[in-house]
Amino acid sequence: MAEKLACTVGGRRLFRDLDLVVKAGDLVEIRGSNGSGKSTLLRCLAGLLEPQAGRVERRVDMDYLGHKLGVSARMTPLENVRWLVGLRGEKAAAAALDAALSRLGVGAARHDLCGTLSAGQQRRAALARLLVCQTELWLLDEPLTALDDAGSTLVRELVADHRADGGAVVCATHRALSSPAGGSASSSLPATRIVTLGP
Amino acid sequence: MSILLTQFRRDLLVAMRNRSDAASPLVFFALAVLLLGLGTGADALGESAPGTVWILALFANVLAMESVFRRDGEDGTLEQMLIHARPLFVAVLGKLAAHWVLSSLPVVLLSPLAAYLLHGSLVGIEVLALSLLLGTPTLTLIGAIGAALTVGTGQGGLLLSILVMPFYVPVLIFGASASTAAAGGETAFALLWLAALLAASATAAPFAVGKALAIGQDY
Amino acid sequence: MGWIRNTFHKMGSPRWFFAGSRRWMIGLYLVGAALVLVGSTWGLGFVPPERYQGDSFRILFVHVPAVSLAQTIYVAIAVAGLVFLVWRMKMADMLIAAAAPVGLAVTAAALATGIVWGMPTWGKGWVWDARTVSTLLLLLLFFGLVALRQAIARPEPAARAVALLAVVGVVNIPVIKYSVEWFSTLHQPASITLGEQPAIAVVFLWPLGLNALGYYCFVAGAVIAALRVCILEREADARWVRDWLDRGVRGPLPKVREG
Repeated sequence: MAEKLACTVGGRRLFRDLDLVVKAGDLVEIRGSNGSGKSTLLRCLAGLLEPQAGRVERRVDMDYLGHKLGVSARMTPLENVRWLVGLRGEKAAAAALDAALSRLGVGAARHDLCGTLSAGQQRRAALARLLVCQTELWLLDEPLTALDDAGSTLVRELVADHRADGGAVVCATHRALSSPAGGSASSSLPATRIVTLGP
Repeated sequence: MSILLTQFRRDLLVAMRNRSDAASPLVFFALAVLLLGLGTGADALGESAPGTVWILALFANVLAMESVFRRDGEDGTLEQMLIHARPLFVAVLGKLAAHWVLSSLPVVLLSPLAAYLLHGSLVGIEVLALSLLLGTPTLTLIGAIGAALTVGTGQGGLLLSILVMPFYVPVLIFGASASTAAAGGETAFALLWLAALLAASATAAPFAVGKALAIGQDY
Repeated sequence: MGWIRNTFHKMGSPRWFFAGSRRWMIGLYLVGAALVLVGSTWGLGFVPPERYQGDSFRILFVHVPAVSLAQTIYVAIAVAGLVFLVWRMKMADMLIAAAAPVGLAVTAAALATGIVWGMPTWGKGWVWDARTVSTLLLLLLFFGLVALRQAIARPEPAARAVALLAVVGVVNIPVIKYSVEWFSTLHQPASITLGEQPAIAVVFLWPLGLNALGYYCFVAGAVIAALRVCILEREADARWVRDWLDRGVRGPLPKVREG
């Protein structure tokens, strides 16, 4: 399992001639100041944006968590994950969905409408789909936003577990995601490199 | 099929959680009928009542079209649909089916009553309802292409109306002709055309909508 | 076959097109103007009046070329849209961007001249006829292409959205046309029968042909001119544009080196 991409996006001349290869077990942290193109790069990798030049080659299934959580305020956390699993044409046992939501700490709130939950709880509900969909590659855009300390630790654990299982994570963040337990070294895109490749 | 049903049920669920939202196309239609009756004087429409009902149904459809992807685009569930739905066009079809059931089916059901109120007679009312039943899904399918192209622009329904109205013309012509024509032969001909347009758009439009939604992510 | 591929490849290069198109633009403008001048003088001054319409028929020398051009431009845009969606050729999108406003103007001219012609001939400026309605719809389609592009902030997605809309439009045009024709056969008032146009007398045909050819050339020149502006805007950051501007707009055109 590997991910190979050579990607050049010049819509706003954010970055150019950027090469990135992600392999199983990798954690890639994209750093950079605001507006340096972190989210754009992630959206490119997710296939939501078309790079102006270059190409993205993805050999594995992926999941994307962006600024917009992808959680409907008019559905409960449980309904949200169940919808997504159904959309993938998969069947998931109710117990598995409950377990994922419980691990993220929204098990008790799984029958409440997401619109009534706090921002942190909504993000936890969104993160639950990473566990439910079980894709090899996670693309996370600032996953720690709105999370408390326990939540941040939880995300680090999830990332470490995922990598231990042979998954890979590409993440745009200002706070390090590699946990001591996670082990392997994390490569990070130096912020200066992204920014200086601007206009 | 299960993917289609998943998306269909999900959209109905979301709509039912805010019923006044879901009822607005129908309320708009009823209001338009009321205003038309007042504006033209009761029973003044006569023979053209079915055609008028068709136009009102078309406007109700186009107004509702604007919201088909809006909420999903705002909360990011549209992104998730693009990423996870496989194949995408099946999910799109489910979504549009739900949207049609919510926005146009009530109008179709109410149309005989509207025609009766405006016309004062029951002649040809079943043909009107049938032509709307065959025609409005096509409007939804075609309109969704425009809605997908404009959802990211932040511009309101006027742009969408301009984009899709020319494509609504054949449906309106066949639909209104079917329900106004007194001669049986022409009615059957127009209804067959409506059915053909529905079959063609149901086959092709979901792909175009999927493509347009993917393009719309870039705006 | 090599040269076809080569030309196609080169057509995709804005720089190559910009360098080579100036001569074409000027040539088309000159030829177009000359043909229109000859055709119009002939048509307006030397052709005998028509038997039933008198002199009012002479607007046909403007109206017919405009209608034909409007349809040709839309088809050209749709073909360019398909090319863009399949091969992502930048020039195809720029062609759409340049041709859509021109098409809008030409269609408006076709409608306006049609109304002017209709007033004395039919007794009213507008009838619900297949040809009038489909020209009006064509105007709306052109307007949609222009409006959609303006509504989208970034040029790349705007290009794809407009190309998709153009292709969807051309697929629908036969259906629209057919339905409108069917409509007009149903609703044609008996007092006005357009029917088939009578065979045009040969005396009208020559000036009409010259005028049509002239308008085609002139509009092609206008599209190329718009395309050149479009290239300069889009490629404003490219080195060759800056070099060329530095030398003064009237300076020598940029040489295109291979590779």
